[in-house]
Amino acid sequence: MHAPPRREFADMATRVTGAEEMIPSRAKLCEMFRRMLRVRAFEESASKLIAEAKLPGVLHNCIGQEATVVGACMALRDDDYMTGNHRSHGHPIAKGVSLAPLMAELFGKSTGVCRGKGGSMHLAAFAAGSLGESGIVGSLMPVAVGAGLSARLRDTDQVCLCFFGDGAANCGPFHESLNLAAIWKLPVVFLCENNGYALYTPQAQSTSVAHIAQRASAYGIPGAILDGQDVLAVYSGVMAAVLRAREGGGPSLVESKTYRYCEHYEAGGPANPPIYRSEHEIAAWRARDPIRLFAAHLQSSAAIGEREIEAITSEVLAEVDEAVAFAEQSAAPNPSALFEDVFT
Amino acid sequence: MSYITYQQAAKQAIIEEMRSDHRVFVMGEDIQVYAYADVMEEFGPERIRNTPISEIGFFGAGIGAALTGMRPIIEGGFSTFLYSAMDQVVNQAAKSRYMFGGQASVQLVIRLNVSYATSSAAHHSDRPWGLFAQVPGLKIIVPSTPYDAKGLLKSAMRDGNPVLCFDDSTLLSSSGEVPDRDYTIPLGAAEIKRAGTDLTIVTLAATVGHSLTAAQMLAGDGISVEVLDVRTVVPLDRRTILDSVTRTGRLVVVDVAPRMCGFASEVAATVAEEAFQHLKAPILRITAPDVPVPFSPDLERLMYPTPERIHAAVRKLYMKWGRSARRDLDLYHDSGERQLPDGNASSLP
Repeated sequence: MHAPPRREFADMATRVTGAEEMIPSRAKLCEMFRRMLRVRAFEESASKLIAEAKLPGVLHNCIGQEATVVGACMALRDDDYMTGNHRSHGHPIAKGVSLAPLMAELFGKSTGVCRGKGGSMHLAAFAAGSLGESGIVGSLMPVAVGAGLSARLRDTDQVCLCFFGDGAANCGPFHESLNLAAIWKLPVVFLCENNGYALYTPQAQSTSVAHIAQRASAYGIPGAILDGQDVLAVYSGVMAAVLRAREGGGPSLVESKTYRYCEHYEAGGPANPPIYRSEHEIAAWRARDPIRLFAAHLQSSAAIGEREIEAITSEVLAEVDEAVAFAEQSAAPNPSALFEDVFT
Repeated sequence: MSYITYQQAAKQAIIEEMRSDHRVFVMGEDIQVYAYADVMEEFGPERIRNTPISEIGFFGAGIGAALTGMRPIIEGGFSTFLYSAMDQVVNQAAKSRYMFGGQASVQLVIRLNVSYATSSAAHHSDRPWGLFAQVPGLKIIVPSTPYDAKGLLKSAMRDGNPVLCFDDSTLLSSSGEVPDRDYTIPLGAAEIKRAGTDLTIVTLAATVGHSLTAAQMLAGDGISVEVLDVRTVVPLDRRTILDSVTRTGRLVVVDVAPRMCGFASEVAATVAEEAFQHLKAPILRITAPDVPVPFSPDLERLMYPTPERIHAAVRKLYMKWGRSARRDLDLYHDSGERQLPDGNASSLP
């Protein structure tokens, strides 16, 4: 069983004490909460739309993993880079991309962030530093290394955050990327969103170690295991790795233990997933829902009041409704677009 | 103007580009102590990067660097090593611009040594330009002379798209006149290497030279052959090919690559579709057979088009379908030589 994280995981994060960035401001806390809600509301809406056969293709939702996705991205600057994977929607949303062109992309419309050419699994928003998501597991990990190399060659202090799943930790690009980033000491943060399952196969059946972060030692780089349901634990853990990278300390491997509530993918028509995990397990993880945990923390620490939480929630829901309306009203790509952008 | 080798000309293109554009850098295995040892002092280890034997890693890193504003050159080594990085080249380099709706630009050149005829056996010997021509989003250059190597590589480095440069290993030490100045050869512009009126040979890489030799021999037989070097497989200069065949009425395509779905097939199909009314003879492909490259030189030497084989095959075709030959199909089909235009036997002696 993919177990919820023990508390001490959070304390294993490498910490840079005294760094101002480690303590999020109130505005940043609000923004974190807003982006987590955006991810969830966007995906719940998309999930409903695909069930109604209003979206083409399939969706890989990350509902349950919002703290990991948002906590990590909030540790980045706007000019930092990010690469993702097939469980894609959360990454650009967390990086600050607005919802309408993302939703339009899910509809395959001309106003989509990729003009309808990429779809759900291949979102990208270069202006926001999102260098793309990928339908091939592990495939963008070397590309993230290249973004780090580029930052170094151009003599900037940009960092590249590389999202990947526990499944990717067993494929070749993982090894080659970590080794390359390590020998060249590049500013890359490898962030494993470990949700316990590679499609339907549990980690214990596919992976030689209990924790992906243990593999960091094989490359001579720091590893950390974070409570992926605690957005602040993710934020501070990833921030430590980001600051280290920015200061020339090289790459880190950060593992965030998290969980997806939904199935590996969703498509139109009746869902018929294989039986591979227990109701008990799902319930145990839902009991530590990242959004609920964060809302409780914000209220108990008096950072944000209940009224403000309600206001943010209704704003986000309206934003998602507007995104859907924008997407539905947008034009399909012009037939000529078929032939555009093969080459520059 | 200098008289230098193909390899020197290609390197000159890269060095000049590195001098004029700080975004250009080179990655590859052992390049600091081997191919670029003499310019290490000028450019240093950051811009001339030794890589581990890690094709997925450094090909992908090249893509990531290109996506973020750099202009990497990857010295990929043997062309067969490209297969180790297949996902990076096909799924990322080639598709990113299209899939991301034009946001991405992968200004990346990958140089590959197309080794064959060296008794290196199948893991180090291939001619994969046809294989990668099936991937929309990749450009493919295949220079045949030192002059073309420099001019085409310069265009490739400035093109803005991922370009595979396949260097025919049998040409690397060949020499020729190369201007010392900066010049480019546009991608997608074939060159008529020899004008002729009876038959067009469309070819590329080392078989350009072989075809020119064969054309000389055929001139002795009274057959006037036009030889056309496509220079780039993608984009393919279909216009020049079609114009030539429209004038000569006969097409032979020569390629050292395997036959199935290859460069020769594409040229043949283009002409069959668009210039059929001008054809006075069946199209002939002279290619390598569809077998992996064997180790034994006694076997490998049977595989590739040579001047003698091109001469013999064209002569045979012309005897049936030349100016004075009978042109009724019955003669052709009843001759027992229907193997000629297809089947691997045609490229054998």
